[in-house]
Amino acid sequence: MMRFIIEKRTTKSKYSVFIVPLVSFAISLLLGAIVLAASKANPFAAYKAMFEGSFGNIRRIQYTLREAMPLLMCGLAVGIAFKLKFWNIGAEGQYVSGAIGFTWVVQFWTFLPPVLLLPVGLLMGIIAGGLWAGVPGTLKAQWGVDETLTTLMLNYVAIGYAEYLYIDHWKAPFGNMGTPKFPDAAILPSVWGRVHAGVFFALALVVILWFILYKTRWGFELNMIGKNPKAARYQGVSIKKNIIMAMLFSGAIAGLAGAIHTSAVAQKLTTGVNGNYGFTGIIIAWMGGLNPFGSIIVAIVMAALSTGAGQLQIALKLPEAMGAVLQGLVLLPLLAGSLFNEYHLRVIKKGAE
Amino acid sequence: MNQTQSAEPIVRMENISKRFPGVIANESVDLTLMQGEVLALLGENGAGKSTLMNMLAGLYRPDSGSIHIRGTHANIQSPQDSMALGIGMVHQEFMLVGNMTVAENIVLGMKDLPFVPDIDSINARIIELSDRYGLKVDPQAVIHDLSVGEQQRVEILKLVYRGADILILDEPTAVLTPGESHELNNIVKIMLSEGKSAIFITHKMDEVIEFSDKVQVLRRGKTVNICNTADVTPKDLANMMVGRDVLFSLDRCPYNPGGVKLKVEQVTVNNPLGGRPLLDDVSLEIHRGEILGIAGVAGNGQQQLAEVITGLVRCDRGNIYIDGMDKTNNTPLSFIKAGVSHIPADRGAMGIVGDMSVGENLAMKKYRTKEISKGVVIKKNFLRMFADKLIDTFSIKTPDQGTSVKYLSGGNIQKTILAREIDSCGGILIAVYPSRGLDVGATEAVRQNIIAQRDQGNAVLLVSEELEELQMVADRIAVMFEGKIMGTRNVKDTNTEELGLMMAGAVSRGA
Amino acid sequence: MMDFITKLLAATIAMGTSLTYATLGEIYTEKTGILNLGMEGTMLMGALTAFATAYNTGSLFLGLAGAIVIGAIFSAIHAFLSITMRANQVVSGLSITMFGTGLANFLGQRLGPQTNNFNLVGMNLQSKFNNIAIPGLHKIPVIGAFFDVSLLTYALYLIIPFAWFYMYKTKYGLAIRSVGEAPRTASAMGLNVARIRYLYTIIGGMFAGLGGACLSLSFTPSWNDNMTGGKGWIVIALVIFATWNPGKAVLGTLVFGGITSLQFSLQAAGFRMVIPSQFLGFSPYLITFLTLSILTIANQKRKSLFSAPSALGTSFAIDEK
Repeated sequence: MMRFIIEKRTTKSKYSVFIVPLVSFAISLLLGAIVLAASKANPFAAYKAMFEGSFGNIRRIQYTLREAMPLLMCGLAVGIAFKLKFWNIGAEGQYVSGAIGFTWVVQFWTFLPPVLLLPVGLLMGIIAGGLWAGVPGTLKAQWGVDETLTTLMLNYVAIGYAEYLYIDHWKAPFGNMGTPKFPDAAILPSVWGRVHAGVFFALALVVILWFILYKTRWGFELNMIGKNPKAARYQGVSIKKNIIMAMLFSGAIAGLAGAIHTSAVAQKLTTGVNGNYGFTGIIIAWMGGLNPFGSIIVAIVMAALSTGAGQLQIALKLPEAMGAVLQGLVLLPLLAGSLFNEYHLRVIKKGAE
Repeated sequence: MNQTQSAEPIVRMENISKRFPGVIANESVDLTLMQGEVLALLGENGAGKSTLMNMLAGLYRPDSGSIHIRGTHANIQSPQDSMALGIGMVHQEFMLVGNMTVAENIVLGMKDLPFVPDIDSINARIIELSDRYGLKVDPQAVIHDLSVGEQQRVEILKLVYRGADILILDEPTAVLTPGESHELNNIVKIMLSEGKSAIFITHKMDEVIEFSDKVQVLRRGKTVNICNTADVTPKDLANMMVGRDVLFSLDRCPYNPGGVKLKVEQVTVNNPLGGRPLLDDVSLEIHRGEILGIAGVAGNGQQQLAEVITGLVRCDRGNIYIDGMDKTNNTPLSFIKAGVSHIPADRGAMGIVGDMSVGENLAMKKYRTKEISKGVVIKKNFLRMFADKLIDTFSIKTPDQGTSVKYLSGGNIQKTILAREIDSCGGILIAVYPSRGLDVGATEAVRQNIIAQRDQGNAVLLVSEELEELQMVADRIAVMFEGKIMGTRNVKDTNTEELGLMMAGAVSRGA
Repeated sequence: MMDFITKLLAATIAMGTSLTYATLGEIYTEKTGILNLGMEGTMLMGALTAFATAYNTGSLFLGLAGAIVIGAIFSAIHAFLSITMRANQVVSGLSITMFGTGLANFLGQRLGPQTNNFNLVGMNLQSKFNNIAIPGLHKIPVIGAFFDVSLLTYALYLIIPFAWFYMYKTKYGLAIRSVGEAPRTASAMGLNVARIRYLYTIIGGMFAGLGGACLSLSFTPSWNDNMTGGKGWIVIALVIFATWNPGKAVLGTLVFGGITSLQFSLQAAGFRMVIPSQFLGFSPYLITFLTLSILTIANQKRKSLFSAPSALGTSFAIDEK
């Protein structure tokens, strides 16, 4: 008779950082292949089609990159909160708040000269997103209100409010759904086909976040708080202030993402404003190991799964939803595997005690 | 005291030894308990009392030796086995579910409970038992509405309800008021008259004298003596518990204290859970160039004292002055900036961030300064140099300054904390159990470092469980008991006996 | 007017049935300390499985059975990751929702008849869970709506009181509550914390699947992409609003279900009353947010006001401190 025990590690595994994510990704693809096979589709053909759909030609690559941008930014936003072990699952709502803020400026601040619309709008997006995250952040810091549930609830408040705005209050007088289209001055210009100027913001944020987290005193303190809040407090670090600041920052990034995407892609506030980037951002943050540079790769992979899925529909007449299936599947084996970072398996033969 | 004595002891532990990594908890300990008797297990922290009783209660298993209950050999592998033999233990930290009722807590997990427990009959039985033993508890009360004393009674009821007749109480009066302690004594007396037996773990003299028939003194895992309570005096017990006078002291500069650096004035910290205050009207002064030792068994307020002086805990009354300036209830950062360094009791939980590197941990006090940062940026090379210097000076054994500190041995973790706090000390060093768990060499080094700080003119507060250490290192000693300072003496003017008495709660002859 | 209210109540009850099943399930799960944010995905998979099975076999009850099984499987995955693998419960739950939502939408376009390109969207069942009126009682104004409901709802009239009874009056409910509140104590008293958490997480998933089935087999007997439309998240809110008490779950369901139904009626009628319909739409979330915040802040003084299981979302291991 054998028994398995899960024990805490006493030495760090050198391999787990690389092997675990790779093996998990492989397992996810395998599971996805099973789903495909079970629904009478050829997994190889399907994966090939998805790859072509996301990277097959220049235009598709641009599309994938364009989709990767809000994903990356939301991943960064969520990542900074997660570093503090603050479970911000409200990135969706913060993203939408940013979109709302941007729209407000562009549609109503008519006193502004056109050249200022874009910068001020983006700024308002940042502020709106920041505030939307600052509220649950303050509630947690000051009174210990559980952040998982508050940030989650606020998502739907923001989404619902946005709906009110683009269906009702701010709706364009004629035409279909949504607010009036933004004037050209308020639209982020493209830099390479479908890829718009937001890419600079996204990459700049990666560098900025990396710098803050790994190089500055504030990053050092955030690290301490996330890994051992008791010790951080003992060293004089103010937990309350840092939670609030980190949340403001987190929401601001998500808000900026919302403002950018609305400006460059949707070009008005309308249905589909949230696009699930906030939730997917959580997965990206987690998979990227809370490392800003890692998040770039993961964001592109996730975007590829999404854009590639469109090709499934066209080429193989398979439902596009397969992309979402894979996105969800990608994390599950990784979650299981992350156990091995902290623990290892030990086999005990009965009688050997 | 009662007369029902059968020839066979109800509990016989024979030649029990238990070892944990790096520490011998119990060595060849024998223990006998007769039916209807109350045995007190007396000793300082680390003497091995709790470990010994945890083996009876099924939480640990002895490395060698045997246990006999009512004459038969017992193989106790789990708390359930222990319960089945009629043994029940009330731990220092109660095992109760806060938002459930007394009745629910008492029957939780019982195997033969019906699908729909008959609350009425359970309540009735609880009331019957509580009347019988004077345990006064309302079965329908919710646990978190009860006082600490009442919660303890629920724990005892839990054992009795499940048929325990050998009761083990671990430091039962630790958080009780004197009135509640007397009540507890009465409860135990009633139980004895019914044929139950009890062992209680304590470090308090008056408890031993008042509650027990027999007392067994443990020291460093071994039995020192077993006697009838009626035959010993508090002085004898103190000597047994604490050991002989220390014959030598370490090298140091002559004692020449400067002005008062740190002043604690009538500080009281209440216990949020009720019961007696954690710190009770404590006043003391530490001068520059002086080591003030705090003696006393752990759990008598020493940790709270250290935390109040470092801003980690608020005091409900009183003031704290550093260099004459009022720092009462300031933030931890404010105390750090006032020059306070703190080597905490809870080194793993508070003193280090396990997942960060040795270097980063070493830098945690000074990362805000020019030694390590330039503006907002932490310069990695500065940090590395800084860390390497400290690793060298304090002989910290680590593969690299970049290794995660959690992989270091306990002794080296303590060295890391020590290095950091001593290096950044700006006038006041608070060291709480600094040599706990360290080997002889490391302990030597710790003591030398502390003395060096004092010689440089810093004010040092040293909290220690070992009187020898204090007698060797400190200039003055204050003894804490139940949150109060029992007395303060110059080391040269006192002896082990007097200090031991104060540690165990005997009244002092003037502060 | 009465007629409108009665119709509104009927719609509320019908939608509320689905929500109540899922809420009861999640209450039990969370009471043991496990947070399952995979609700939305599980419910959608339940709806799909029920519909696909019923469509392809002709049996409504097989459809229900299928939904229950799928709910169990999905929550078992979450249980395995959260309990045995000690993964982060928030991330695990969200991944399962994403996976479940995608899978449901995917299969919804693969399990249909060849004639419709394998698409289940737009297909009709031969039968659905129709309303069964209790003679006499169903004619009472307003309240009568409670007596003219589907079998699934009638079942709830028995299940809800039993769920409350089980939680607060039986020894198993006692075990559940202790595990979610103080797992270390529960373990010391001889309870197997992991086993209890597994059991009720899986049961919770079964109920979530049932909740989804109610939608596709009774409420709107059809299948559509994303037909749960976020109800899984409302369920999470309802659990908080019910303060984790199965007895109170109905209250929240009626209130929130009523608000949603009102919103639909208003939207359909093109009304723009004092409160825009979208506000009604997000009001359950806003109310829950405010309730949660206020209760937690007030709870600083009095401990018994708020009853979130203390160990919710944490992992527990016997061998660790």
